[in-house]
Amino acid sequence: MNTGNSVNHHLFVRENKAVSFSDETLEKVRSLIRRYPEGRQKSALLPVLHIAQEELGGFLSVDTMDYVASLLNLNPIEVYEVATFYSMFYLDKMGKYVLEVCHTGPCAICGGEDVLQHIRDYLHIETGETTPDGMFTLKEVECLGACGNGPVMQVNTEFYEHMTARQVEKVIEDLRQKQGEEGTSKGWAEQFS
Amino acid sequence: MGRAILLDKVNIPGIRAFEVYREHGGYKPAGKALLGMTPAQVQQEVIKSGLRGRGGAGFPTGLKWSFLDRKSDKPRYLVCNADESEPGTFKDRYLMEKLPHLLIEGLILSSYALGVKTCYIYIRGEFKYLVGILETAIHEAKKNNYLGEKILGTDFSLEIYVHPGAGAYICGEETALLESLEGKRGNPRIKPPFPAYKGLYDCPTVVNNVETLATVTSIISMGGDAYSKLGIGKSTGTKLMSACGNINKPGVYEIEMGLPVEDFIYSEEYCGGIKNDRMLKAVIPGGSSVPILPADLILNTAKGQPRLLTYESLAEGEFISGSMLGSGGFIVFDENACIVRNTWNLTRFYRHESCGQCSPCREGTGWMEKILYRIEHGQGRMSDIDLLVRIAKNIEGNTICPLGDAAAWPVASAIRHFRKEFEEHIK
Ligand SMILES: Cc1cc2nc3c(=O)[nH]c(=O)nc-3n(C[C@H](O)[C@H](O)[C@H](O)COP(=O)(O)O)c2cc1C
Ligand code: SF4
Ligand code: FES
Repeated sequence: MNTGNSVNHHLFVRENKAVSFSDETLEKVRSLIRRYPEGRQKSALLPVLHIAQEELGGFLSVDTMDYVASLLNLNPIEVYEVATFYSMFYLDKMGKYVLEVCHTGPCAICGGEDVLQHIRDYLHIETGETTPDGMFTLKEVECLGACGNGPVMQVNTEFYEHMTARQVEKVIEDLRQKQGEEGTSKGWAEQFS
Repeated sequence: MGRAILLDKVNIPGIRAFEVYREHGGYKPAGKALLGMTPAQVQQEVIKSGLRGRGGAGFPTGLKWSFLDRKSDKPRYLVCNADESEPGTFKDRYLMEKLPHLLIEGLILSSYALGVKTCYIYIRGEFKYLVGILETAIHEAKKNNYLGEKILGTDFSLEIYVHPGAGAYICGEETALLESLEGKRGNPRIKPPFPAYKGLYDCPTVVNNVETLATVTSIISMGGDAYSKLGIGKSTGTKLMSACGNINKPGVYEIEMGLPVEDFIYSEEYCGGIKNDRMLKAVIPGGSSVPILPADLILNTAKGQPRLLTYESLAEGEFISGSMLGSGGFIVFDENACIVRNTWNLTRFYRHESCGQCSPCREGTGWMEKILYRIEHGQGRMSDIDLLVRIAKNIEGNTICPLGDAAAWPVASAIRHFRKEFEEHIK
C-alpha cells in the first residue's frame, strides 16, 4: 500500500516490449482460471501476477500488466489498481536478489535494527536502493509471520531466519557466488498442482 | 498442563505425507463423519465443543456456522483464513508446514457440515513455499478419494484450492480477504451484509482461521463433549501460542486453556524464562493489536488473581488493566526494551497497512506515527502525550473495519501503563 510518506516521481515503467508466457505457463494460467467459477476469472489475478513478475523480468511493467489484463479479459486499470495495492508486487526494476528485511516490532527487539543497518553499511545502499552491479535491492518489509525466528528476511520470497550481522554477510556472499545459477526453490507456477 | 491435541502427531517423522498421516490415525475422523454422521451432527459436535475462533476475535465457531444462509439457492463457500500477518503471530504457518493434512481434513469435515462444495485457502503470498506443501497434500487426498467427486463413495464432493495473497495485512480481515480473493484491492466491506449471507461472489460464505478449522478434526476425533471438558469455562480446549521477543525459547506451543501466564513465561516446557536473566518488563499477549500489559498486570490481575491463558482471564480488567488472548501471538519485552520505540514501530506498521478508506484510520495512523517518531527522536512536547490519547480515541469505533481499533489500542495502552517512559523521552 503506497500510503507512505515517500513520493514517487513516476509510478509505472513502460518498456514497449512484447511480453508473453511460455506455452507451459499459459497452460498453468488456464488451469488457475478454472479454479474459480465461470465469469470470475478476475479471481486468478493475484496468482497470475505472481507468476508474471517472476517469469517476465522481476517486476510488473505496464507491458506485463497489460498482457495479464488481456489474458484475464480485464481492463488494464483493474490490474494497475491491484498491482499498486499489494507490497509484493514491484513496479520498478529490481536487483537480481531482493533483500526484504522485516523491520516490525518482534524482529526489531531481537536485533533486527542492527541487521538492517549492517546490510546498509555492507552494501553501501539505503533502503529502496539497488547496488550499482544490479545484484541486490534492499527493502524493508512488515512482519513476515516468522517472528519466533527473528530477525527474519526474505530473498526472492525465500526465508532466511535468525539473522545476525555475520549471517547476512554470508548470505550475501553466497548469493554472489551462485551468480547465474538458478535457485533450488520452486517458482510460483510450480507451486500449484 | 502440556496437552497435545492438535499437535499430537507433530513429531512423527514424515507426517507431512498422506500415507504416514493415515497410518497414525489421520482421516479416521473424516471417514467416521462422512460415512456415519449427518452434516447437522458434525455441526452439533462443533457446537458442543465450545470451540471459539482462533483468528483473534474468539467468536463461537458453531454459532457462526449456524448463521450461514441455508435457504439461498446459490453455492456456499468455505474460506480458510491463512493470511497470518498480525505481528507476533506465526502459529498457522507452523501448523500448515508440519501438519498440512490435519488442516485439509478439517476443511473436509467443515465443508461437509456446511454443505460446501468449493473451499479456498487464502494464504499470505510470503508463505509461497507453503502453497506447494498444501497443494501436494490436496493432491494426495484427492488421489485417495478424500477430495474430488463422490468422496468415499458418498454423494459429497469437494474441491479445495490454495489462493495466495500478495502482501497486505488488511487482507486478514475477512471482508478484505473476500475482495482480494475476487481479484481486487483489499478494501474491507461495510457490514452488514455479513459474509454468511453475502460473502464470496455474493454467495453465503464462512470464513474461519486455519487453527479453528484444523481443530474441527480433533473435535470429531474425540467428540465435542470430551473437547469441551478441556480448558476452563468458556475457554475450552487447547490453543496454539506463538511466543517471541526476549525469551529463551521462542516458538509455537500448544497449551490447555487455563495455563497460568507465569508458568508459560518461566517454565522450561514453554518460553523458558527471560533471555540473559533479565527482568520481565511487559507482554503483548495476543498479537500486536491487543493492549500491552506491564509485568505485574500480565502475571496477576488488578484483583491479585493469577492471570491465566484464557479469553476471560486475559480480558479481566478490560482496557484499564486487562488485554486479550487475540491470536495467541505472545510478545515478551525485557527490562531493556523501549516501550516508546516499540509503540512507534507498531504504529508505523498500522499506518503502512491501513487501506486508506476511512479518514480516522488513514489520517490518524499517520499522525500518531509522526508524533511518536518525534518523541522517540527527542523532539516531543509534553502536550503530545495527551494528543496521542485523543487521536487514538477518535479512531476507535469510528472506522469501517477493526484495523482502526487495532491501531488505537497499542498506543492508548502503552501510554496508560508506561506514561512515565513517554515523559522521560520528552524531558
Ligand atoms: C486487520 C485484521 C486482520 C486480521 N487478520 C487475520 C488473520 O491474519 N488471520 C485470521 O484468521 N483472522 C484475521 N482476522 C480476523 C478475521 O477478520 C476473521 O474474524 C477470522 O478469520 C474468523 O475466523 P475465526 O472465527 O476462526 O477466528 C483479522 C481481522 C482484522 C480486523
Ligand atoms: S479502518 Fe483502516 S483498514 Fe479498516 S477499512 Fe478503514 S481505513 Fe481501511
Ligand atoms: S516481526 Fe519480523 S517476522 Fe514477525
